[in-house]
Amino acid sequence: MSTRREGSPWQGLGAVTAKELADHMGSARMRILEWLVVLTAAAALYGAIEGIRQTTSSDPFVFLRLFTDAQAPLPSFAALLGFLIPLVAIGLGFDAINGEYSHRTMSRILSQPIYRDALLLGKFLAGLAALAICLVCLWLLVMGAGLILLGVPPSGEEVLRSLAFLCAALAYAGVWLALALLCSVVFRSASTSALVALGLWLFTALLWPMLAPAIAQAIAPPDLATLLSGGMDMDTVAWQQGLMRVSPAALFSDTAITLLSPATRSLGPVFLSQIQGALLGAPLPLSESLAIVWPQFTGLIAAVLVLFTAGYVCFQRQEVRT
Amino acid sequence: MNAPVITAQGLGKRYGRRTVLHEIGFEVGAGEVFGLLGPNGAGKTTTILILLGLTEATQGTVRILGEDPQRNPLKVKRRVGYMPDSVGFYDQLSALDNLRYTARLLGIEPGERDARIMEALERVSLAEHARQRVGSFSHGMRRRLGLAEIIMKRAPIAILDEPTSGLDPQSTESFLELIEELRADGATILLSSHLLDQVQRVCDRVALFNAGRIALAGRVDELARRVLGDSHEVRLTAAGPDIREALATVPGVSRVHVPEPGRYVLQAAGDVRAEAARAAIEAGAGLQSLAVDVPSLEAIYRHTFRTGAST
Repeated sequence: MSTRREGSPWQGLGAVTAKELADHMGSARMRILEWLVVLTAAAALYGAIEGIRQTTSSDPFVFLRLFTDAQAPLPSFAALLGFLIPLVAIGLGFDAINGEYSHRTMSRILSQPIYRDALLLGKFLAGLAALAICLVCLWLLVMGAGLILLGVPPSGEEVLRSLAFLCAALAYAGVWLALALLCSVVFRSASTSALVALGLWLFTALLWPMLAPAIAQAIAPPDLATLLSGGMDMDTVAWQQGLMRVSPAALFSDTAITLLSPATRSLGPVFLSQIQGALLGAPLPLSESLAIVWPQFTGLIAAVLVLFTAGYVCFQRQEVRT
Repeated sequence: MNAPVITAQGLGKRYGRRTVLHEIGFEVGAGEVFGLLGPNGAGKTTTILILLGLTEATQGTVRILGEDPQRNPLKVKRRVGYMPDSVGFYDQLSALDNLRYTARLLGIEPGERDARIMEALERVSLAEHARQRVGSFSHGMRRRLGLAEIIMKRAPIAILDEPTSGLDPQSTESFLELIEELRADGATILLSSHLLDQVQRVCDRVALFNAGRIALAGRVDELARRVLGDSHEVRLTAAGPDIREALATVPGVSRVHVPEPGRYVLQAAGDVRAEAARAAIEAGAGLQSLAVDVPSLEAIYRHTFRTGAST
């Protein structure tokens, strides 16, 4: 007998996505998070604009500096997004599935002609759409503020680079949304789910950058000669970079730097042989910047797929009964 | 029983090493109200979830309108309305929006949606609360909204899990009336309850669950006869001559007791009011009152599990 299920697993996907998106956009939680992001981003943007105004030299990518320039104590707009995106994504996903159980709606919804696939994917897509709306609004705000306050329009390449950054930001948001969704499947309590997701975010964003070098030195200790000469042991550096890139925050940071600073030629150590003939500080074309960050970008997408699949498998194996 | 629309054979379910259903089997005919009755934890909800394809049976087969819920869950879900125990809705949405969401999941045409929803809300007396947030609804209103969802779905089979649990007597009464209306519309209803006496009046047949097994199944009067013997008590008052002997000849009557002149208590295997009245009139007595005590499911259940009887 065939084990193939009848019908499409995506039946009802549109209805679930539309309902969840409407819930997100109308929820008080989302409004608070939006205001938090907009206000902090506005402060970072103000700092960047002040910095740019004080610069006298000409810069062909002045618009991109709106994203990358920081004025102490505020971080740059891109760095701020790297910090706030996980918060919003976790805020949207931590109670996606366990909330259905606690509101006792799960068995009623699943008794309608839909598969669990549509429910889980619908919730993920709705969260991602809400994040995309948020990020596009922020991008438009930055571009609009830049136009008004700098008085010059962005070049085509600046627009393309900032759009590529927007895509990377969305992939980064997808990672944290998929993680929050996984937590909401695994933990029946919404507070436990939120705490675990936030804990993992803090660990990868704050603790891991401190732990990774120590672990790298333990795995591949630098030799004495390198230490005495004050140089870097390439093995240690490779391990350190590899370990650092386990964190989605590091992948996003690498992507943001490369896309928004066109002069970035490499994300690892650079050897003299590699820069022979190169004009230091000269910007790379967008295609080459994209080639540099392609592994990071695909790494983010892979993380989304792995986390979503883990959530999917757990959800399919779960008993509907609470 | 009409042609069966729900068939379960040898149904078993294990969670790890714990067996919660032991090869149960039953059939529900078209247009019938069938009760899965028994205490909490007896396996009623697990059976319902298997029927809906929401959990997989460890063994056995199920057919709903000829379809296997594991192989063809969408076909089954499209034709079965389900109201879970402690039915939940999205509190932040209105009753109308909650049902609109279900209507979209069901694929009801947009032009038809609101009319079907309002018609269903009207049936359960919630039309005036259509735009009210469900968060402000009472327990009874949520139950009625659950029933409205099934009515809107126009499902030929309705499965109601503990429909009267937590309701006050008045709400229970009106809810049972709604179930009877649903039956009158031609729907087949399978309901589960641990409140045996509450649902007794609406059930055509019942299956009594205990510890994952069906101990008894059949019509209530059949079960009463099987378990309690001459379980019906017909009380009759009549003026005129002593009709004790005439009443004793009524088929099914095993004993006639006369507590005082003119008052007769008959022990019978079934409801023999009509036959007893005829016998009294033919014997020349003037009939003054006639009543019957139908055996309660509660009494059947208590007697079954006290004595350990089973089918």
